[in-house]
Amino acid sequence: MIIDPGLFLNAVVSGLLLGGFYIAVALGLSIAFGQLDIVNIAHPAFVIVGSYFAYYLGAHYGFDPVLTGILLTPVFFVAGILVYRVYYVSFERTGQESLSGLAFFFGLMFIIEVTLIMIYGVDYRLVPAPYIGMNWKLGLVDFPLRMAIPFVVSMVMTIGIYFYLSKTFIGRAILAVSQDRQALQLMGADPVRIKQIAFGLAIATASVAGALLIIIGPVEPSINREYIGRAFAMVVLGGMGSITGTVIAGFILGIAESFVQTFAGPSWAPAVSFSILLLTLAVRPSGILGRQS
Amino acid sequence: MRSGGFWGFIIGALLVGIAFVALGKNEYYYFAAYVILQSLIMAVAWNILGGFTGYVNFGAAGFFAVAAYTTIALNKYLQGLGLQPPMLVYIAAGAVVCGLIGLGTGYLTLRLRGVYFAIATLALAVVFQTLANNWDYVGGAKGSYILTPAPPPFFSSYIKYLFFVMLLMSLFAIIVSRYIVHSKFGRGLAAVRDDEVAAECMGVPTLRLKLISTTVMGVLMGMAGAPYPFYVTYVDPQSAFSLGIAVNAIAMPMIGGTAYWYGPVIGAILLGTAQEVISVTISSELNVFLVGVVLVSFVILAPSGLVGLVNDLRARVKSRA
Repeated sequence: MIIDPGLFLNAVVSGLLLGGFYIAVALGLSIAFGQLDIVNIAHPAFVIVGSYFAYYLGAHYGFDPVLTGILLTPVFFVAGILVYRVYYVSFERTGQESLSGLAFFFGLMFIIEVTLIMIYGVDYRLVPAPYIGMNWKLGLVDFPLRMAIPFVVSMVMTIGIYFYLSKTFIGRAILAVSQDRQALQLMGADPVRIKQIAFGLAIATASVAGALLIIIGPVEPSINREYIGRAFAMVVLGGMGSITGTVIAGFILGIAESFVQTFAGPSWAPAVSFSILLLTLAVRPSGILGRQS
Repeated sequence: MRSGGFWGFIIGALLVGIAFVALGKNEYYYFAAYVILQSLIMAVAWNILGGFTGYVNFGAAGFFAVAAYTTIALNKYLQGLGLQPPMLVYIAAGAVVCGLIGLGTGYLTLRLRGVYFAIATLALAVVFQTLANNWDYVGGAKGSYILTPAPPPFFSSYIKYLFFVMLLMSLFAIIVSRYIVHSKFGRGLAAVRDDEVAAECMGVPTLRLKLISTTVMGVLMGMAGAPYPFYVTYVDPQSAFSLGIAVNAIAMPMIGGTAYWYGPVIGAILLGTAQEVISVTISSELNVFLVGVVLVSFVILAPSGLVGLVNDLRARVKSRA
C-alpha cells in the first residue's frame, strides 16, 4: 500500500494540533491525580461545563470563547476549592478516598452531565467565532484555525502552569505536598490549604479547556466520557505527577488518534486512548517519565 | 440473619414470585419487576468486589452489555443453523464470557493500586462499546432486533417467564453473596479491603482472592445481562452500555451498605422501586438525576449506608437504655 505523502503529513500535523489541545484537558487531571492523588473522574465533566459557558455567553452575548474561558477561571477556581473542601472533610480526613471518594466523583460527574442534559438537551451546541471556518495552507499541509488556536492557547496555559509550579513558592509547595506531606508540614506550610489551592487551579484549567473544546467542534453533555479515557491515558502514560510527561503523552495520543481516524475511520477513535491506557497499565504502569511507586 | 431465617426468606421470595406469576394480570408489573431484579443482581455482583474487597468497578455497564451482545451474536448464529436453545444456554454463555473478562482485567490491573483497576474498568466499557459500534454482525451502531420466542409451558406470556428467570437468578446471586461473606474466602476478602499489606503479610493469598472475586462479579453481571435482548427485543450500543446501569450498580450497594450481603439487596429494592415510580409519574431524566444526587449524598453523609445507619441507631438506643 502506498501512502499519499500529503495525507500522511496532514495526519501528523492534525495529530500534533489535536494532541496539543488534549494537553489542556489533561493538565488539570495531571495536577489533581498526578500531584494530589485525587482521582477526579469528574474533571472532563467540568471541561464540558466550561464549553457550555462559552456556548451560552457566545451565542447570547457574542463573547469570544477563549476570552470567556479565561474570564471564568476564577469561578472554576472557587468551585474547585469547594469540591476539595467536601472531598477533604468527607473522605480524605477519614481515609475513605478509595471507595467512597471514587463513588463521590463518579456521582458528581453523573450529576453534572444530567444537569446539562436537563437544561440544554442532548443536541450538539456550537459557538460562533470569526476564525472557526478559516484555514491556512503551507504547501501540502492544512492549518485549520479551529485547531491551531486551541493548540496555541493550550501550549501557553501549559507553559504558564509549568513555570508557576516550578518557580513560585505556592507552586513548589504543591509539588512538595505530592512528594512528602509530612515534611511540608514540618516546614510550616499547611498541606490541606496547599492542596486546596492546587485543586482549585486544576479545575480552573477546565474552564479554558472547555472553551477550546467547543472551538474545535460541537459539544454535547455525554462526550465528557470520551475525555475521561483520554485524560487518564495521558496522565498515566506520561507518568504520574510529571507535566512534561503529560505533554509528551498528549502528542503521542493526538497522533495515534489522527492516524486511526485517517486510516481506519473515525468510529474507532474513542478506543485508541483506552487501549493506550490498558496497555500502559499492563506493561509499564509508571508511565514514560513517572517515578516508580 | 440466622441460617434458618435466611433460607425461609429465600423460599418465601420464591413462593411469592410463583404466586405473582400465576395470579398477576397487568403485564406492566412484570416489566417493572424485571428491571428492579436486573439491577439487584448487578448491585449484588458489584458489591462482591466493591463492598467485600474494596475495588471499585466503574464498568458494570460494559460487563452487562457484553453479555447482552453475546446473546445477540449467539442467537443469530444458532438461528442460522435453525436452532432455538433454551434461555439457560444464553445465560451460561454470558456468564462464561464476562467471567473471563473479569479474570483478564483483574489479572492485568489488580496487582496495581485500586484506582488503576477502577480506571481500567471504565476504559474497558468504552473499548467494548467501540467494538460493538463497529461490529456489523451484531448490527453495529444501528443496533439489532431479536425475536421473542414462544413462552415455555406453564407461562402465559414471555415477560412472565423472563421475570421468573430473573427472580431465580437474583436469589442465586444473593445466596452466593451471603455464602461468600460467611466463608473463609469472604474473611480473606475483608482482610484485603481493610489492610491489603497486612493481609498479605499474614499469608492471605490476596491476588488469588481478588481474582476469584472479580471473576464471580463478572459471572453474575453476565447472567444479569444475557436475557436483556429478549426483554427489550432491540439492542443498540447506546442503550446497552448506558451509564445509568453503571451508576445504579454503584449507587444501590452504597445506599444499602456495602459491608453487608443484604446491603445491596435493600438498596436495589428501595432505589429500583423509587426509580420505577419516578420515571412513570414524573420524568425519566429527573429519575437519573436523583440517582446521582442520592449517591453523592449517601457517600458524604452515610458512608456505611442504610444498614450502617440503622445499626448506629440501635447502638445508640441500647447505650441509653
